[in-house]
Amino acid sequence: MQALRSKARELLATKTVQVIIGYASGGGGRARAVFVREAAKADALVFDDSCQQNLAVYFSKPEVRKLGKAALVATPAALRAILQLAAENQIAEGELLALAVGGDDVVPLATFAAIEAHVAARDGDWSAAEKEELQKYEAMGLEERRRFWEEQFSRCLKCYACRAACPLCYCTRCTVECNQPQWIPVPAHDLGNLEWNVMRAMHLAGRCVDCGDCGRACPVNIPLHLLNRRLIREVFTVFGSRSGRSAKGDNALSTFKPNDPEDFIQ
Amino acid sequence: MNSMEKDTRLIGREALAKLFAQWLGEGRRILAPKQSNDKVDFAEVETPGEVSLDPVQTGQSPKGALFPRVEELFSFPSRDGRVELRERDLAALKPTVVFGLRPCDAAALAALAAIFNWDSADALFSARLAALTTVGVACNRCDEYCFCTSLGGGPGATTGSDILLTDMGGGEYLAEVISEKGRQAIQGAGTLFQPALGKDKESRLARVEKAFDLDKVKPALEALFDDEAFWVEQSLRCLGCGACAYVCPTCACFDIQDENGRRLRCWDSCGFGLFTLHTSGHNPRPLQSQRWRQRLMHKFSYMPERQSVLGCVGCGRCSRACPVDMNILEHLRAVAEAKP
Repeated sequence: MQALRSKARELLATKTVQVIIGYASGGGGRARAVFVREAAKADALVFDDSCQQNLAVYFSKPEVRKLGKAALVATPAALRAILQLAAENQIAEGELLALAVGGDDVVPLATFAAIEAHVAARDGDWSAAEKEELQKYEAMGLEERRRFWEEQFSRCLKCYACRAACPLCYCTRCTVECNQPQWIPVPAHDLGNLEWNVMRAMHLAGRCVDCGDCGRACPVNIPLHLLNRRLIREVFTVFGSRSGRSAKGDNALSTFKPNDPEDFIQ
Repeated sequence: MNSMEKDTRLIGREALAKLFAQWLGEGRRILAPKQSNDKVDFAEVETPGEVSLDPVQTGQSPKGALFPRVEELFSFPSRDGRVELRERDLAALKPTVVFGLRPCDAAALAALAAIFNWDSADALFSARLAALTTVGVACNRCDEYCFCTSLGGGPGATTGSDILLTDMGGGEYLAEVISEKGRQAIQGAGTLFQPALGKDKESRLARVEKAFDLDKVKPALEALFDDEAFWVEQSLRCLGCGACAYVCPTCACFDIQDENGRRLRCWDSCGFGLFTLHTSGHNPRPLQSQRWRQRLMHKFSYMPERQSVLGCVGCGRCSRACPVDMNILEHLRAVAEAKP
């Protein structure tokens, strides 16, 4: 934590960046995002297990962009989000300084190549608990799984907290906001909820960086990240790729290649 | 009995079960806080045993009993080129007892009614309200997000409850019968109650400290309206989802959707960019900072001005539900203490 604070002080004092997007202590033992612009206020920064939000989400917020060049306190998931945003042309080289955190260390990563190397060196599989959660879910039969999601989605309020919390949901106008034609029913009834949640998951297939913030943000605790995890596994099995590893990655479901081996697409 | 005289009695847990049975027998449905998965929310129950009053608050407010997240206003089926207009059968709405709502939620009903019946009475809302009986339960615990007392409410406040129960310990509730609806709900159930014999609920109530001076909030908000920097600073971490509005017991904004010959009213939120987007493409509130300002202005300036009621009851749900820990109490304090 001290290393993070002194790095933040240095970056602000030398005007290397104008703002540090990091974590501060919040309410109820939670951490919350903080936007530190003065070296003297760097002591507000904290980093511990409560710091889970993927702060890369703030990169697409206009009021935050206006603050100037940012250094982002980045968990592994946030680093992956930065790479994926770069691959989708949402962040240019040099626009953002990543401060990779973990343990007591803070590692400034100024280039996409540096972030790629950092992510590659520490890339791991899901934890045992995460694997178990997914296995439990995958062990359900088709019908059981349908009932599971029907029950889960019946609670969906369509507050779009999952969308708002996702660093990769950066569209300025989401499909659900288009009403000429209306692709997705607006009401939070069974069909509207099913279509919204399936569309959200599918739009992130091959793009999701697996931070889990969709499920964490949900005010009715729908485990939305399970849908994304299942799709991450699917995309990896079929295309051998995982998003958020390269700043130049192709997106599995939105890239066309003339020499595609499938006939139907030609 | 004189209606001004306080009608206070005692009821035990077994007697409460009989009261639930009586309500069901009268054709009422009972909505109460109920544990489901890892959440406690209002759901249909049949016995007090299903009711969970352990959490300080339910995740969602009981407003869905009056203002469901999706409801049909009327339908207009067409056949052979002819359109028929079908009104809702208001008499078919089931009489409902909302049991176990907290005094803040009970107070919120006045704010909802003030909006829905502002310029013209909303028939569907009014019919639901007329069929609703509220049996509140006073708070014997609170948490850091509660601030009812800063807004004129309190953990034992009776406003909006037809009957208010206070858990006196030992399986006994003090029952204050507040309204005519409350009296009707216990009609014929007199033997289920014992005299209260000077029992006092005060010692059982949570202590919710006053957190700010409400009188300062409205003038401060109005003075701060054009202070862009203040609002940007206040809302930097807000991501613009609708979680706060949808768990709020008083937020009443809605959207109208036509679907398969049905006109539907759906929850909406001023926190969404789409909320104010004009057909021309112009948006008078293009930034989240302006939308966050609107949220506070509406609750603490516009509603007191137009409807003579606050649009907030201090339940703290929005703060508990916010995925980025926006805490309305902190923001109100900042407003009250701001030097514009």
